[in-house]
Amino acid sequence: MSSHRLEIRDLTVSYHRIPAVHHVNLELRCGNCIALLGPNGAGKTSFFKALVGLVKPETGSVSLGGHGRLHHDIVYLPQRENVDWDFPVTVRGLAQMGRYTRLGWWRRFGAKDHEAVDRALATMELSGLAHRQISALSGGQQQRAFLARALAQEAHVMLLDEPFTGLDRPAQALLAHAMQRIVDAGNLVIASHHDLKTVPELFQQVIFLNGELIAFGDTAATFTEANIDKAYGTQAFAGAHRHHHHA
Amino acid sequence: MSDFMGWLSEPFRHEFMQRALFGCALIGFTNGCLSTFIVLRRLALMADALAHSLLPGLAVAILLFGLAPAGLFAGALVAALIVAGGTQLISHSSRIKEDTSLGLLFACAFSLGLVLLSLSPVHVEIQHYLFGNILGLANGDLWIIYAISLVVLPLLIALERPLFLMMFEPSIAASQGIRIGALNYLLIGALVLSMISSLQAVGVILALGMLIAPAATIYLFSDSFTTLFWGGGLLGMLSSCLGLVVSYWLNLPSGACIVLLMGAIFLAALLFSPRYGVLARFFRKRHMHDQSLARWQGDAAER
Repeated sequence: MSSHRLEIRDLTVSYHRIPAVHHVNLELRCGNCIALLGPNGAGKTSFFKALVGLVKPETGSVSLGGHGRLHHDIVYLPQRENVDWDFPVTVRGLAQMGRYTRLGWWRRFGAKDHEAVDRALATMELSGLAHRQISALSGGQQQRAFLARALAQEAHVMLLDEPFTGLDRPAQALLAHAMQRIVDAGNLVIASHHDLKTVPELFQQVIFLNGELIAFGDTAATFTEANIDKAYGTQAFAGAHRHHHHA
Repeated sequence: MSDFMGWLSEPFRHEFMQRALFGCALIGFTNGCLSTFIVLRRLALMADALAHSLLPGLAVAILLFGLAPAGLFAGALVAALIVAGGTQLISHSSRIKEDTSLGLLFACAFSLGLVLLSLSPVHVEIQHYLFGNILGLANGDLWIIYAISLVVLPLLIALERPLFLMMFEPSIAASQGIRIGALNYLLIGALVLSMISSLQAVGVILALGMLIAPAATIYLFSDSFTTLFWGGGLLGMLSSCLGLVVSYWLNLPSGACIVLLMGAIFLAALLFSPRYGVLARFFRKRHMHDQSLARWQGDAAER
C-alpha cells in the first residue's frame, strides 16, 4: 500500500463569488477507493475542479505527498454524456493522449510511451479492443478506456464524475474490479456517486459533502444512517419502508 | 490517356490559369487542413457568420485606400475581430446567448457593408466578394495567399497535440494545463486569416465550402485525427484544382465549380463510405444482432 497522501487544507471554492465548498480539511491516503457522496448542489463538482486546478480555490491548498502537485499527477474524468464519442479516435489513441501530457507539444512518441500504453490497456483489459473507435464500446468499457488514458499518463490520483451511472450490475462489477486494480497499485481513486445502495460493495471509504465536510472515514464505520441524514438533510437512505430520494 | 493529359494540361498554357492553379492548390490545402478543426469543434456556423462580417471592413478599406490588397486585408481583419469580440461581449454581459448575438451582429455587419459599398466612389461588384474571381488573381493576391498559408499551416502542425486534446475533451485538457481560451482564439484567428486568403479566389461564401467539405468527407472514412488533417488538406487541394479544370472546359464560374465538386464528393462519400456511409449502415442493419452479441460475449469473456 502506498504511503502517499493527498492533503487538502482549508479548501474553499467559490462560483461567481458564492462559496460552493467551505473550509474542507482532508487527508486521503493513496491506495484507496473513495466515494464522494452528497446531494445535488453539494459542491462535489466544484470540489473536483479545485483539486484538479480547473477553478482557483478561494482559500486553502491541495498537495500530493507534501511536494506540491503537478498537472500530470491528478486526473479528472468527466461524465460519460459530456464526451463526444464520435470523435475520430480509437481506444489506443485515447490511451496515447495520456502520454501527450508527459511528452509536451513536440517530443517524439517513443518505445517507452508505446509500452506504457500497452500496459495501461492490458491493466484495463482492453488490449483486444484497442483498434475500436470509442463509440463502438459499451458504457463500462468507455469508462475503462478513460482510466487507461489516466494510467498511461502515470497519474496518481483519479477523480471520476459519476462513473457508475447508466451501467448495469455486471458492468458495474467489472468497472469496480478495474478500479480495484488501480487502487492496489497504490493510486487514489475518488468517485462521485449517487446510488447509495451500492456504496458498501464498491468503495472502501466515503466522504460526505454538503457545502462543507460532513464526515469521512472507512465505509464500515462512516456510512451510517446518521451521516446520510446529516449530508442529505432528509431521510435519504433507501430503507424498505422509506421514501427514496435520489441525489 | 493522352487525351486526358491534354484535357488536364491544355488550360494551363494561359498564364491566368497558372496563377489560378497555384492559388487553388494553396488555398485548397490550407483550408482543407483547417476544416478538420471546424468540423470537430463544430465551428461551421461561426465560420459562416465571420464570412459575412468581413464585408464592412472591406468596404471601409475600399473607401479609405481603394482596392489595395494590404488595405483590404487589414479591413477584413479588423471587422472580423470586432464581430468576434462583440459577440463575446454581448453574451458575457447579458442574458443573450452566443448564437443569438453572433447571428444578429453578422446580419448588421453585412448590411453595414452593403450601405458603405453603395457610398464608394469605386464601383465594386458584390458578386466578387461573395463568389470570388480566381481567374483575376494578381501577384499581390498570390503573395497574401502564400504568406497566410505559411503562417497558418505551421501553426496548426506545431499545436497539433494540444489542439487534439482540447477538441476531444476541453475540461480534461484544461485540467492538464492546456490554455483552452488562448488556443480557441488562435483557432478563430487562423480561420479569419484563411478566409481572407480565400476572399479573392473563391469569395467568402464559397470559401466556407472549402473550410468544411474536405474534413467532413474524410470524417466519413477514418477514425484517425492525423488522417483527417492531412487527408482534408490533400482532398481540398485536389478537388480545388480539378474543379478549376472542369470550370475551364465547361465555361462555368470557377469558384462555384470547385465547391460543387466538393459537395458531389461529399455526397458520394455519405452514400458509399464503407464505414460510416448511409448505404453501409442500411445494409449492416441485419448484422446488428451479431455485433451486440459479440460485444456481450466480449464483456462476458472478461468476467
